[in-house]
Parts: sequence; structure tokens; C-alpha cells
Amino acid sequence: MSGKATLIVHSGEMDKVYSALIIGNGALSMGMDVSIYFTFWGLERLKKDQLENGPLSRKNMLGLGKWMVEKKMKEANVAPLEKMLEDFVELGGKILACDMTMEIMGIEKGDLRDDVITEYCAVGTYVKEAKESEITLFI
Amino acid sequence: MGEKESEIERIEVLGETCPVPLVEVRKAVRKSSDGDIIEFIGDHPASKKEIPMAVEEMGHKLLEIEEDNEKWRIKIQIKGVEG
Repeated sequence: MSGKATLIVHSGEMDKVYSALIIGNGALSMGMDVSIYFTFWGLERLKKDQLENGPLSRKNMLGLGKWMVEKKMKEANVAPLEKMLEDFVELGGKILACDMTMEIMGIEKGDLRDDVITEYCAVGTYVKEAKESEITLFI
Repeated sequence: MGEKESEIERIEVLGETCPVPLVEVRKAVRKSSDGDIIEFIGDHPASKKEIPMAVEEMGHKLLEIEEDNEKWRIKIQIKGVEG
């Protein structure tokens, strides 16, 4: 099969990053090419040791909500974000980091997970990729 | 060509949930060659429906779906070479 999915991860919350990686892995599994752009608060999650560290987007309750959701996820045997990212890269998914966000937020390449990032780029790359995509999502 | 039991690759995804069973199918398919037979064994309900969907999307052949209570076995054959 063919086709392409291009996702923007603008949010840094744990549940939203889960959605992005689950959809990304699902699309790769269906034989599509997938690019995920991490920008603004999303890019925070690509900093070293920060992937799992986002709060819940709702009912975080100073971390108590997140703790409860994580407990439920563990019981349901949901894979950790780290495993989902590893699978995503293994299946040929592309991780793109927004260089403008890096500039605004003072993030250096050395702060980010260079091992998983395919490219550092800007909006032009996103528009080009999105134009070729059957699925585009802003998360 | 007849299929020999010994040539079938078996992949277990018992207890795994979304999206791991699908991802494991994709990983196995990527490593396979034309004509290979792969059997997946799992118990995630949605994957029983979605693995055949993915197999069809990728142009491979669905050989068999078996169910035993909550457990399922899905056997596929690889058609063509993966890009």
C-alpha cells in the first residue's frame, strides 16, 4: 500500500503524545509513510529524558490524575511512549523537529534526542509533506 | 506450493494491546520475503479485525483466521517484495 500521513504535535501533554504515536504507528503498520512534526510544547517532549514527562491535558490534578491514568495504562498493558517511539523509528517513521521553536525556546540540538530526529526543518517542509498526504492531523 | 509447518514463522502478541499487535505484524512483514508464511497469535479483540485490514492494504494474502475463545490465530502469506 502507499499513502502518507503527516502529523503535527504542537502539544506536550502525555495523552496527546500518546495519540500521535499510536496513530503514527498505526499508519506505518497499514503500510503508509508517516512524518511527525514536533513543534512548540510538543518539541519539549523530544528533549532528553522528557518523552514521558508531559502532564495530562485534563484532570492532571498536580500529577495525581496522571499517576492514576499511568496506573490504569499499566494494568491494560499499554506500551510506554518510549517503546512506541522506538517502534515508530524502526518502522521507518520520520521525526521532524521545528527549528523555529528551538530558536524561540532556546533549545539547542544537544538538548534534543538527536538519535530519533530525522530532520530539523521549518514550515515549508511541513507544507510540502502535508500536500502529499492523505491524512494530516494537528495534535 | 504446499506449505511446510516448519517454514511458518510464529509471532505471539498475547496480552498486547493497541497498537502493538499491528506494529508487530508490520515489523514481521518488513523482514519477510515473497511467499513467506507468518502466523500471529494474539488476544486483542480489535486487532483480529485490523490485522486482516492491514494485510489487505499492503497487498499480502490472508490465509486463515482461527478463533479459540478470546485467542486468535491469523495466518498470512507475503506477496511481492517490501519496499
